[in-house]
Amino acid sequence: MHLEEFAEGGSFLHRLDPRVKFLAIVPYVLVTAVMQGQKGPLAALSVSVVLTALARLDAGKLLSRLVAVNVFVLLLWLFIPFSYPGETVFQIGPLAATGEGILYAVSITLKTNAIVLATIAVLGTSEVFSLAHALIHLKIPDKLVHLFFFFYRYITVQYGRLRNAMLIRCFRPGTNMHTYRTYAYLVGMLIVRSYERSQRIYQAMLCRGFSGRFPVVSHFRLGRGDVVFGLSMAAVTVVLVIV
Amino acid sequence: MHISEGVLSAPALVTGALLAAGGVAAGLKKMDYERIPEVAVLSSAFFVASLIHVPIGPSSVHLVLNGLLGVLLGWMAFPAILVALALHAVLFQFGGLTSLGVNTVIMAAPAVTAYYLFNRPIRRGGHLLSTLAGFGSGAAGIALGAVLVAVALVSTGEEFTGVARLVLAAHLPVMVIEGIVTGFCVIFLKKVKPEVLEVGK
Repeated sequence: MHLEEFAEGGSFLHRLDPRVKFLAIVPYVLVTAVMQGQKGPLAALSVSVVLTALARLDAGKLLSRLVAVNVFVLLLWLFIPFSYPGETVFQIGPLAATGEGILYAVSITLKTNAIVLATIAVLGTSEVFSLAHALIHLKIPDKLVHLFFFFYRYITVQYGRLRNAMLIRCFRPGTNMHTYRTYAYLVGMLIVRSYERSQRIYQAMLCRGFSGRFPVVSHFRLGRGDVVFGLSMAAVTVVLVIV
Repeated sequence: MHISEGVLSAPALVTGALLAAGGVAAGLKKMDYERIPEVAVLSSAFFVASLIHVPIGPSSVHLVLNGLLGVLLGWMAFPAILVALALHAVLFQFGGLTSLGVNTVIMAAPAVTAYYLFNRPIRRGGHLLSTLAGFGSGAAGIALGAVLVAVALVSTGEEFTGVARLVLAAHLPVMVIEGIVTGFCVIFLKKVKPEVLEVGK
């Protein structure tokens, strides 16, 4: 399973300090999320497009990601224009679409895509483990970060073998009790194995003298590019708030 | 059961974030350092299980299993779900950073409810009672989650009522499937590894 689709690359954004990334992106997405109207979200979307261009990502993968995100937005388009109060623009049978409703749906669409693009361009371009490391510096409770660390480490090792075992035995899923029971036992087995594995992991950690914290071998260094990026994102965010 | 970025209003987002912070704090307090691997590896098992697509007629649904996770982990379901959703947000952009709090509550509050309602009957009950309680926890996890999605949407604005209704209706079949799978699963766990049902204490 290759999960970090966008983390490889040599662009400016790939090389930024993950601590700066969090400090820059979190206020920006929060401001974008609570915007109203269309101008603000449009401005945010343009900023996000610039960020995405800076990250020089694989266009195909990026597009398929955006399509997945916009399926939910499409669902909103089926409802919002017809239920928002305002002046009727056109009618389909008994349903009347209002101008205000359409503008509102446009606003949501712009905001969603602006935030998603910024997240991919800024956070997606770092490795997950270095993001977790940055969170420790940002005073997120260390238990939570450790939990995340182990959680992520063990995702990729689990599923494949059990699935293969089912395939080898010619398991064909269908709408019947046998299928549901089989999946339930698959999940059960996954849990049992995970539980046993976790016991071994903890024993192994104790053997290596675990005392509640992980020594870190590589350290972050703040460069000039980081400062420039942090300050410009802060400026952009402030401008978006004022506008 | 995700709400994506840019949809909910500020009050809904803030309320979700505060509730999630409270739940996560309660969960972290329960989780000593020695239990971190246990909770983490179980939550990665759930993450993987949610990739399983179960056929239902011509279509398929993916498992959520928040009810089962709740029965096993109790309050620790909050941090477990938070890390899974954070990964979703960063890697796949399902849900998102700003809606992280709301989405955590949507999945974890039903999980904790399932723990208090069904953990004891599952452990103590006979075959039939355990199966029924398992079904209940799976179904309740989805049903309450769908209700919370609907509440979050409608609290943002009246115009979301239609979408909220659709969300509720769409989760009815998922509820039944999750109930059945969770029912079988708790019986399996009771036979094979009863200790897992004690982790949440």
